[in-house]
Amino acid sequence: MRCAVIIFPGSGTEIFAVRDLLDCGMVNVWHNETSLSGYDVIFLPGGSSYGDYLRCGALAAHSAIIPAVKKAADEGKLILGVGNGFQVLTEIGLLPGGFLRNRSIKFSCRYTNLIVEDNNTPFTNLFEIGESIKIPVAHTEGNYHFEETDKSRIIFSYESDGGIAGIINENGNVLGMMPYPERAVDKILGSTDGLRLFESILKNHQSKNCSARQGAAN
Amino acid sequence: MQKAKVYVTLRESILDPQGKAVTTGLHKLGFDEVQNVRIGKFIEITMDGGDESRVTEMCEKLLANYVMEDFRIEMEPGK
Repeated sequence: MRCAVIIFPGSGTEIFAVRDLLDCGMVNVWHNETSLSGYDVIFLPGGSSYGDYLRCGALAAHSAIIPAVKKAADEGKLILGVGNGFQVLTEIGLLPGGFLRNRSIKFSCRYTNLIVEDNNTPFTNLFEIGESIKIPVAHTEGNYHFEETDKSRIIFSYESDGGIAGIINENGNVLGMMPYPERAVDKILGSTDGLRLFESILKNHQSKNCSARQGAAN
Repeated sequence: MQKAKVYVTLRESILDPQGKAVTTGLHKLGFDEVQNVRIGKFIEITMDGGDESRVTEMCEKLLANYVMEDFRIEMEPGK
C-alpha cells in the first residue's frame, strides 16, 4: 500500500507514527506538487495549514496539489482528512458542510469517546457498529455544521452529545473526521483505538488486491 | 487606485459562539441594552482597476464560505 501525506505549511505530522506501526509505505507530498498517481491512499493531516488564516483550510484549498486530490477521489482512491485535513476536504467540496468556532470559544484538546455509526466502510471494517472508541480531539474550529438530513453518511458521532465527529462522501471513499486517530495508536498514549482505523484501511487494500489478482488469474 | 471593503458575517440562522460570549461580556460590564452581537471579518482590498463584480467573484471563490457566511461589499471611489 502506498500512502501519500499531503503537507501544507503548518500541517502536523503525527500520522507518520502509523508508518512505523503498520507495514505501509507512507511519504510526504508537498502541497505544490501536482500528481498523486503513484499512491493508493491519500491522507490530509491535521494541524493549522497557513496558520488558519482567513478560514481553516481556505488557503490550502487553492494549492497546486488539490486538483490531484479531487482526481484521486474521482478514481475511487481512499482519502482520509483528519482535523484540519477534514476542514480542507469541506473547503474543496469533497465533503459537505463547514466549521464554526467551538461553543466554548477555546482550543479544545482532550480524549473523546466516539460511537461507530457504520462499519461497512473501508475505514471502519474492524470496528463494531455502536462500539465506543477513545480518540482525542485538538481543535478550535471544531464545531461541524452540516445542514443535510442524510444521517447515513455519519460514520462517527460524539458519545457525549451525539454531535457529528466523522462523515463520509456519497461514494464511500472520502472520510473526514475531527478527532485524531493517529494520536491513539499505542497504549502509552492512552488508547489504541485509532490504530484500528488504519488497520481497516490496510485490510481493505489487501482484500481488494487479493480479489484483483484472482480476477486476473480467471 | 480604489478600495473595496468586504464584510463577511455568519448567516443569521447560524449560532455565533464568539458573538454570544461578547454579548455576555458586555452585559457583565453593565451594557444592559445589548441584545445581540455578531462577529465577522472586515477585509480591505486596494485595487488597480476591476469593479464590484470582480470583488463578488473574490468573495465567492475565497473570502467567504457560502455554506455558512454572507458578505457585503462597499466600493470606495478612486482618488
